Amino acid sequence: MVPFFLYVGLFLLLPTVVIAGGSFADKNGSLTVSNLTSIEQAYLVKSFVNSAIISVASALVGAIAGALLAYAVATGNPRGALRRIVTSASGVFAQFGGVTLVFAFIATLGTVGIVTVFLKDHGIDIFPNGVWLYELSGLTLIYTYFQIPLMVLVFLPALDGIRPQWREATESLGGSTWHYWRYVAAPLLAPAFLGCTLLLFANAFSAYATAAVLLTQGGVIVPLQISNLFTSETGQAQPGLAKALALAMIAIVTIVMLLYALLQRRTSRWLR
Amino acid sequence: MTATQAGEARAGVEVRLEDLRRSYAGVTALDGLSLTLAPGELVALLGPSGCGKTTAMRLVAGLEEANSGRVMFGGRDVTGLPANKRDVGMVFQAYSLFPHMAAWENVAFGLQIRHVATGERKQRALDMLELVGLGKYANRYPSQLSGGQQQRVALARALAIRPQVLLLDEPLSALDAKVRSRLRDEIRRVQLEVGITTLFVTHDQEEALAIADRVGVMQSGRLEQLGPPTEIYSRPATPFVADFVGLTNRMRGDVGGGAIKIRGASIPLVHPDVPDGPAIALVRPEAVSLVTDGEIEEGPLVGTVIAVVFLGAVSRVTVDLGDATVLAQMQTSAASQTPAGTKVRLAFRNDPVLIQREEQAAPASA
Repeated sequence: MVPFFLYVGLFLLLPTVVIAGGSFADKNGSLTVSNLTSIEQAYLVKSFVNSAIISVASALVGAIAGALLAYAVATGNPRGALRRIVTSASGVFAQFGGVTLVFAFIATLGTVGIVTVFLKDHGIDIFPNGVWLYELSGLTLIYTYFQIPLMVLVFLPALDGIRPQWREATESLGGSTWHYWRYVAAPLLAPAFLGCTLLLFANAFSAYATAAVLLTQGGVIVPLQISNLFTSETGQAQPGLAKALALAMIAIVTIVMLLYALLQRRTSRWLR
Repeated sequence: MTATQAGEARAGVEVRLEDLRRSYAGVTALDGLSLTLAPGELVALLGPSGCGKTTAMRLVAGLEEANSGRVMFGGRDVTGLPANKRDVGMVFQAYSLFPHMAAWENVAFGLQIRHVATGERKQRALDMLELVGLGKYANRYPSQLSGGQQQRVALARALAIRPQVLLLDEPLSALDAKVRSRLRDEIRRVQLEVGITTLFVTHDQEEALAIADRVGVMQSGRLEQLGPPTEIYSRPATPFVADFVGLTNRMRGDVGGGAIKIRGASIPLVHPDVPDGPAIALVRPEAVSLVTDGEIEEGPLVGTVIAVVFLGAVSRVTVDLGDATVLAQMQTSAASQTPAGTKVRLAFRNDPVLIQREEQAAPASA
């Protein structure tokens, strides 16, 4: 247990304490709450709203697409190639992000990306109203690239916990496929699905590298805003405010993860 | 629910399986199974793993389709009907209760699908739980119930819809011995009360013999023998049945004149008109007795007791004949007279025995 607590202490608790402490300190180190009250400024609220929008959108798309893919895997051969390939690939792609991921998207869906050019050659313009790849919608699309495999990884155990006897019991009791999904499978999977969606939300909400590479200007989302406040090129750095924003993010992610843990606990009781 | 109410709910129907065949990727699981269950009868299908008994049950339930053959309920052909239209109640091996529903909700589930009003379905669910002795546990979730209680809830759930046929797929196999025995009796009591035609699948011979009106012993997708438990045990139709049901001594001998001579002792044959020659006799341990009176001289049937296993009212004694061992089963009071090390002479009851030819047989013990 000592290595665990050492690790958690050094890489989770200590940074949190530093951030929390910094949130309540002004430039001279004096105690203040102005950093926290400053979060109410419109441009900061806007970045929170943007972060929430992109996190919700990519979490929903990732959750639905990932759940469908996980279902295909769960209902296939447990020792088959599909499961091996999808789970291995998901393990890699769920961690894919930053420069390489953004470059991959620019190379394929950028203004001169191979897919963009190919579609344009065939009369399809994917940017009829401007290049959306470098906006929130583009960032959402890129986020789904790692959200879908993450959903596969975290939702697959819940699907594996669904026993074939439950479907057969439903059928023998006179139920149809609709009855099975409506009264048995969906209620059993709902907490897991919701929990995993929350995890995806937290994953997107706290993502930084990919957005930093794609959106080089401005603080569109909170992590970029924090970065800007730390590293202002005009000498306007506000580390206290940056830490206050980080503290708010920690609070949001903590709440989300607590809900996730709560739902997972309920699911694990049912789907042992 | 009283026995009368339950019985009135649905009288048993005749269930007929006609030449059912099923294979999986070229492997035959069921090879022309024909079987008729009388209304209200409980038939147990008994056999080793892979003999086709579960396949047969799944075909009756409609959970799988037969390659050929028919399934008839009360004269009505249900072969083409999907499982949810067959009107069968089924209890699975284990883990079939819906974990997010309380016991009464599980039992009421089939009624909910049938759009029975909420109040009535709850009352009927509670009645069924009373019937299986779990009235007090109606609000418990499956995770709060023991394995035996869960299976009783599963039985109540299967019966709540008042099905034409009850199917029990090794419902006791995941339970410990004591609970298994108690629940076995419970299932039989409820089945008799409700009067429902029941097919019970098991690999446990004791379970099958104890619970069923008739037992069907299966091997390689075929029915080897179908009959009352006493007949299956005491008059097995084939060497496989003799070997599979109960313990059997396999003793070498020579067939001649409608009997087999084993170490000098002659025992009549079940099928006397067989060619003479060497064969293996299948002799039940209870057909072997031990003689200890007087002076025991050396001879082919004389040996030494090497083990006595206490089984309650009876005991099983292992006798070493030098070149083979033989099991004898007797009253414990008699077995206590022959502790390990006692010199004994074997004697055989004059009950007809089945034989196997050497080329068909597993290695003989004597």
